[in-house]
Amino acid sequence: MTTPASLPATGQATAEPPRAPLPADLPEDGLLAVRDLTVRYGRRLGCAEVTFDLWPGEVLGIVGESGSGKTTLLNALTGRVAIDGGRRLYAVPADDGGGWVDLDTLSEPKRRLLMRRDWGIVHQHPRDGLRLAVSAGANIGEPLMALGARHYGDIRSQALGWLDKVEIAPERIDDLPRTFSGGMQQRLQIARNLVTGPRLVFMDEPTGGLDVSVQARLLDLVRGLVDEMGLAAVIVTHDLAVARLLAHRLMVMKEGRVVESGLTDQVLDDPHHPYTQLLVSSVLQV
Amino acid sequence: MSIPPNGPPTDPPTGPSLSARGLAKTFVLHTQGGVRLPVFSGLDLEVHPGSCLALNGPSGAGKSTLLRALYANYRPDAGQVLIRHDGALLDLTAAPPRRVLEVRRRTLGYVSQFLRVIPRVPALDIVAEPFARAGGTLAEGRDRAATLLRRLNVPERLWHVAPATFSGGEQQRVNIARSFIVDYPVLLLDEPTASLDAANRAVVVELIHQARARGAALVGIFHDREVRDAVADTTFELTAQRTAA
Repeated sequence: MTTPASLPATGQATAEPPRAPLPADLPEDGLLAVRDLTVRYGRRLGCAEVTFDLWPGEVLGIVGESGSGKTTLLNALTGRVAIDGGRRLYAVPADDGGGWVDLDTLSEPKRRLLMRRDWGIVHQHPRDGLRLAVSAGANIGEPLMALGARHYGDIRSQALGWLDKVEIAPERIDDLPRTFSGGMQQRLQIARNLVTGPRLVFMDEPTGGLDVSVQARLLDLVRGLVDEMGLAAVIVTHDLAVARLLAHRLMVMKEGRVVESGLTDQVLDDPHHPYTQLLVSSVLQV
Repeated sequence: MSIPPNGPPTDPPTGPSLSARGLAKTFVLHTQGGVRLPVFSGLDLEVHPGSCLALNGPSGAGKSTLLRALYANYRPDAGQVLIRHDGALLDLTAAPPRRVLEVRRRTLGYVSQFLRVIPRVPALDIVAEPFARAGGTLAEGRDRAATLLRRLNVPERLWHVAPATFSGGEQQRVNIARSFIVDYPVLLLDEPTASLDAANRAVVVELIHQARARGAALVGIFHDREVRDAVADTTFELTAQRTAA
């Protein structure tokens, strides 16, 4: 048992069921730790025995073809899909007591608060992450209000600041997102996710449906913001060029399992697993 | 300089900055029937502060493969790559990814043959970026970038343009500036002068001399004999090992 003595009482509340002890190998300065995560769809495997650690400021790419389980893994991490085995552990910020908590035995309100405050989720389709019936400004302001912001002027000026960061003209603040292009919608979704200053962002094919010229702009933006804010991110993509540009580290998935992992440039330049070699060699050179 | 109590091998403060011990690399091409391409095995080398080691050998002998293995870009099958990082020796082949990235940020630089262009990022920022990542400010990085780009004769009108449309020589000079902006204790160079004219070759030779003078250890591949003789004080011979099974 390596739990530091300073671990707050969150894990010891008597009203809740007893918990398994935390794994012994949790990194002291980590942010997210996943152990043997497994999801089944009936008899079919969604993802199996996925284990990794993520540190603050680190971008982890998950690559593989469609059906490889990468989106299932992302949904399991964010709690959108129920897990059948394994553990998801999260290091609570120091000003909130610090220490690791098991997300699956945490009380529901506590977990919801952590996720709303500390995590962001950027969906492949902006319409899944935006509210299309309210203005761009409201889309950015809502997450702030959900965390208690009430001053209209502050919220509006933060919204304007973020529109500028994601390169959307300020005069579009009162327009509905449905009047935006796909690339603009995706940038708005990113602003909506980052306005609260999360520690960890999950992205599912963030450039998926976009034109190539629009992709470059988005990638450059994401790259800059991740650097500037010291964000940790888990990015699912089938596009190896996107992975190379954004991710420090890669996990390659096939049939629900991680078949290879390592530094991004190691995995892409010197792939060892037959499946990774196939993926890398199938990319057309331009 | 203190030696950590349980650090890897003996670490005399005067020892090499970078060394390879028993390094072996074989490529296995699974998409081509599992053909095995042995490149080298049992390879030992070391390079000391202030010294520049030139890798020699015919085309296909594995010079670039070795350089990439020293950078922990290629993963060797056996052996160690020991680098002096923050005063202690670290084995790059066994270090977790975060440690490798940290070593690359502050201790180990690499001049590749080609610039990897990032859409929309102007040349000045491409050069300044490693400086900021190594712990400097972006503003100072841009100052240093300007100095280097000027020295390497990259016209000022190009500094604020993304280098996608630059000529091969211009891209290579941006690449060189990017790698010399941080005073890395160890620097690897893969044909840094390949697409440069005589004037710019001379600038690179000068940059290498300055790096040696401040105590950097360098390993490089230099096809140009004149450049090699001008910068390197030791050489390492690689012989082709094409005994494919």
